[in-house]
Amino acid sequence: MTKTEFEPAIPSRPSYGVLSPGIGSAHLFVADGEGADAVCDLLSAADGLKAASHIIYVPGANGCDKSTALQALGVAQFHRSPSFAAALPRLTKVLADAHMGLQIYTAGTEGLMAQVAAAAQAAGLPYEAVQMEHRGSLARRVQCVHCKGVTENVTLDPFQCSHCGLSLFVRDHFSRRLAAFQGVCIDAEDPGQIPASVERFK
Amino acid sequence: MSVGAPKIPVVVAEVVAVNDLIKRFRFVRRDGGAMPVFSGGAHVVVEMDDHGTRRMNPYSLMSHPADSAGFEISVRRDEAGRGGSLYMHNHVRVGMEMVLSQPVNLFPLDARAKKHLLIAGGIGITPFVAQMAQLQAMGGRFELHYSVRSPALGAYVDRLRDHYGPRVHVYHDEFGEKIDLATLLKSQPLGTHVYVCGPKGMIAWVHATARAMGWPDRAVHSEEFLAPPVGQAFEVQLAASGKSITVQPNQSLLEAIEAAGIEAPYLCRGGACGQCETDVLRCDGIIEHNDHWLTDDQKASNTKIMPCVSRFRGAALILDR
Ligand code: FES
Repeated sequence: MTKTEFEPAIPSRPSYGVLSPGIGSAHLFVADGEGADAVCDLLSAADGLKAASHIIYVPGANGCDKSTALQALGVAQFHRSPSFAAALPRLTKVLADAHMGLQIYTAGTEGLMAQVAAAAQAAGLPYEAVQMEHRGSLARRVQCVHCKGVTENVTLDPFQCSHCGLSLFVRDHFSRRLAAFQGVCIDAEDPGQIPASVERFK
Repeated sequence: MSVGAPKIPVVVAEVVAVNDLIKRFRFVRRDGGAMPVFSGGAHVVVEMDDHGTRRMNPYSLMSHPADSAGFEISVRRDEAGRGGSLYMHNHVRVGMEMVLSQPVNLFPLDARAKKHLLIAGGIGITPFVAQMAQLQAMGGRFELHYSVRSPALGAYVDRLRDHYGPRVHVYHDEFGEKIDLATLLKSQPLGTHVYVCGPKGMIAWVHATARAMGWPDRAVHSEEFLAPPVGQAFEVQLAASGKSITVQPNQSLLEAIEAAGIEAPYLCRGGACGQCETDVLRCDGIIEHNDHWLTDDQKASNTKIMPCVSRFRGAALILDR
């Protein structure tokens, strides 16, 4: 079972498990922030995988950087990227060169995991082929349904769209394709009637 | 099929002996109209009036999906079967009127795949003939590995080689040639999906090998139509229609329900699609679950039955039908 407690939500909201060693010819890990702990937990218990493992790591937006611990695992390849966007070309290349039998694991924030799953799907893998474990922040990656701009690390609800400036209510409705929750204008019916923001996602 | 869509009245336009065991049949509409569009992997249920016994067997469509003038199927003669294939071989002639169901696809290509690896055994080649035509038209990447008993029994080998050249790999049992599955699966680019159609053992072999090599289950597709197994006669009470019926040894439960004049849902008649799922109200005995649909837990609980292929032994079976 997931180590993070989630509030009850609509059935379409993604849920997460605990990473476990898969059977395969190669192992690719993509993690951010505290997700590093999930990777360390798995690989410390599965020494045999290390020689065929590749870790791509992005330090958390909250400053959490566990690069040293990951590097100390002694995997075949370790790569640290300042952001997921910076890591994406590498991830895409790794997927393009890989063969069936590659196991994919992702851990950390929901936004990161969903973007890894989307990249794997774009490479032809089924959604279920990616193992996911939530660790760390519950801050959300949110798409404004009006201007389509994506705001990362949303903790407040409602929040102001960083692109068009509308006040958005953050729904549990999640798009796998966009790897983002959906934010809708909260004062469309009564312009100006905007409730006070609360910190819903820590 | 019984879920609303009208059946297709056809006439047999062509019967071709492909080899000693396989005949190909082409059907066109009696009214000269166009056939419905289908996608590679689809099947139709062919209705036969075998001297008073109604037989309904599913066969994969193997004509070009873009050919709306007619549908083609290939039937392998099964001496030990319940008689459907023998009826097709011995009695169906050009000009005969028959009835087909609408096409239904339980074995479609996954359009998200980067590459399609097709593995066929014997008559299992038929859905792939249509799928390859479709992939060719779409510019899809594919490879066929086709295992046959001998050159004489290698149905459509020449035609497929002509069309698709080096993408077609043929293996002859007679010469001890065997698909090197482990090497094949290991060397596939990420995003490949594998499809298998053939004998039970081959399907299980591909699933087990792929799983052991780390292929996701959802990237492994198979189709196996089960012929309804024969067994001992048994009694069933149909609660909703207030009837008691006897299922004969060589009749399926679904056929017995239909023979009693009761409408029951179905699509594949081969334990694969789930359409015929029926609630069990009481079961004093053992249900012989022969389907690929119910989960092991559902089977063990004896609360559901798939009447197209499953049978019963015991004192009383009451169904919600
Ligand atoms: S009709 Fe398809 S499972 Fe019974």
